[in-house]
Amino acid sequence: MADDTKPEGTQPASPAPATPVAAAHAPRPAAPRPPAVPLPDLAGKTTTAASLGGGAAKAAAAPAKAAAAATRDPDDMSPLLTRRAWMGLAWGAFTAASAAALAATGRFMFPNVLNEPPQQFKAGFPNEYGMGVDERWKEKFGVWIVRTPDDLVQRASGFYALLVTCTHLGCTPNYLSAEGKFKCPCHGSGFRTTGINFEGPAPRPLERARIVLADDGQLLVDKARKFQWELGQWADSEAFLRS
Amino acid sequence: MGLLKGTINALADPRLYFIVAVLSLIVMVWKREKVASNAFGYSMMGLLTAFFVFGAFDPNFQLIIGKPDNVPIIGLIFSLLFLTWYAMREAVRNDRRIAAGKGPIEKEESDRVWVWPDLVYTELISLVVCSVILIVWSIVLKAPLEQPANRSVTPNPSKAPWYFLGLQEMLVYFDPWLAGVVLPGLIIVGLIAIPYIDKNPKGNGYYTFNERKAEIVIFLFGFVILWVSLIVLGTFLRGPNWNFFGPFEYWDVHKLEALVNVNLSEYIWVRALRTGLPGNWFLREIFGILFVIVYTFALPPILAKSAFKKYYEKLGPPRYYVTVFLFLMMMSLPAKMLLRWLFNLKYIVAIPEFFFNI
Repeated sequence: MADDTKPEGTQPASPAPATPVAAAHAPRPAAPRPPAVPLPDLAGKTTTAASLGGGAAKAAAAPAKAAAAATRDPDDMSPLLTRRAWMGLAWGAFTAASAAALAATGRFMFPNVLNEPPQQFKAGFPNEYGMGVDERWKEKFGVWIVRTPDDLVQRASGFYALLVTCTHLGCTPNYLSAEGKFKCPCHGSGFRTTGINFEGPAPRPLERARIVLADDGQLLVDKARKFQWELGQWADSEAFLRS
Repeated sequence: MGLLKGTINALADPRLYFIVAVLSLIVMVWKREKVASNAFGYSMMGLLTAFFVFGAFDPNFQLIIGKPDNVPIIGLIFSLLFLTWYAMREAVRNDRRIAAGKGPIEKEESDRVWVWPDLVYTELISLVVCSVILIVWSIVLKAPLEQPANRSVTPNPSKAPWYFLGLQEMLVYFDPWLAGVVLPGLIIVGLIAIPYIDKNPKGNGYYTFNERKAEIVIFLFGFVILWVSLIVLGTFLRGPNWNFFGPFEYWDVHKLEALVNVNLSEYIWVRALRTGLPGNWFLREIFGILFVIVYTFALPPILAKSAFKKYYEKLGPPRYYVTVFLFLMMMSLPAKMLLRWLFNLKYIVAIPEFFFNI
C-alpha cells in the first residue's frame, strides 16, 4: 500500500477511500488526475478535503458560494466552515457545556429540602436542668447546655449553650464528666466546662450560642447567633441567661 | 516479661521515641560501615520480627496490630527498614569501590540491560506474588466499616487514613492551615527539590553515600523520621482522646495527662515579666513575631557564616538560600514538637482575633 502510493506523492492529501482505486488502476508514472474520477462528495465533511481542490479551486468556488449558498455545485470541494469558524464553534460548545455543568454543580449547593434540625429550638424549662453540663441536645442539635452557679465572664448564676464543634478542625469533642472537661478525639484539644481551651492545639474557646427565655418560659437556643470569647462577645446579655 | 513491656512502654514516650529515632538515623549514617554488613541487616529484621511475635501475645498490642487499618503499617515498618538498610549497604559497597578507584558497580555493565529472561521472569514472579497477596488480603481482612455517619459522634480516637497519620500528628502542634497546607507543601517541595538544587553531578544512576552526604541525610530525616516514624507513632502510640499510650498499655479513655499548654506571650509577659498580657495583640505577640522573623530571615545568613559555611561556599547565595529556607521550614516541625513536649509551649504567635497562630 505504502509502495503503491509512492508515485502519487505529488498529491499528498488524496482522500483515503479514493486512493486504492486510483492507485490500482492508474498507470505507474502517475499522470495528472483526470477530472472524471468519481470521488465521494466530501464537501463540508472534513477540512482536509479543501487541499484536494487546491487554492485555485477554492478561490473559484468562493464567489459562487457567496452568490448561491443553497445550491451548491456537487463538485464543490470547499468546506462549509473555515478552520477558524470550526474551532470557534467547538470552543463555544465546550465552554457552554462547562458552564452548564458548573451551574448544575452550583445549584446542587442549594437543595430543595434540608433534612437538618432547625437552628433555633426550645430546650425545655430551666428547672429541668441540674448544675453542670447537660448532653441531652448534643446529638440532635449539637449543643451542650451548661448550668453554672458562677459564670466566668458574667459573674452570675445561669445557663449558657456551647456548640459541640472543636475550634481546631471541627470534630465533635466528648464530655468527660469525671475530669470535668470536653476532650476532642481528633487531635487532643481540651476545653473546660466554661468552653475555655486549655490543652491541645485548639486556638480559641468553644463558641456559645444565643440563649434566652421564650414567652412560655422555656429556654430558647439559637445556633445561628454565635458568641466568641476572644472577641469579647461572652459578655453579651444573650450569650448567657441569668437565673 | 512485665519489666520488658514496662521498658518498651517507657521508651514509647514521644520525647524518647523521637530522640531514639533521630539517634538511630545518626548512628546508621555514622557507623554505616558496620550497618552495611549482612549480619547487621539480618539481625535487625530478626529483632523486629521477634518484637512483633512477642507483642502478639499481649492483648493490648494485639488490638492494635490486628486492626485491618494497621496491617499496612506493619508491612511498611518491615519494608522501609529493609529497603533503607539495603540502599545503605549498596552505597557503602560502591563507596568502597570508588575509594579504591574502581567506580560504582552499576557502571560495570552500563552498556547493556539484561531483559530476557532476567527482567521478564522477575516481573512475572512479582506479578503473581502481588496478585496472591492482594487476593488473600482482601478475603481475610475485612474492610473497617463503621456505623452510618453521625455528626455528633466522633470515633475515639479518631484516626486519619494511615498515610495521613503523619499530617494528623503535625496538626497537634500547629494551626490547621500551617500543619495541613503550608508546612507539608514546603516539606514535600523541599524533599523533592533539595537533591536537585545541589550542583554536584555525582551520584547519578548508582548507589552512593559519600558523594551526596547532605542530600541523603536531609532526605532520610524528612522522609523516614518526619513522615514514616510519625505514621508509626500515630498508629501505635496514639489512643483515646489522642493521648499517648505505650504499645502494651491499656487504652484507658480516662487516662489523665497534664497537657495544659501555654502560649509564648504568656510565658514572657506573665511568668517572666510578672505583668498582665497587653490588650493590644501586636504588643502582646511582639516577641513571638520577632522570633519567627529571626528564624526565617536572620538564621540563614547566620548559618551561612557558621555551621553551613562550607555548604554556602559550594552552592553560592541563591541556591544556598533556597535550600536553607526549605530546610528550616522542615526543621520547624520537630522544633515545635520538642518545644511542646519540653515546655508545654502552645503557640509562638497566637492571635485568635483573626485566627493567625504559629
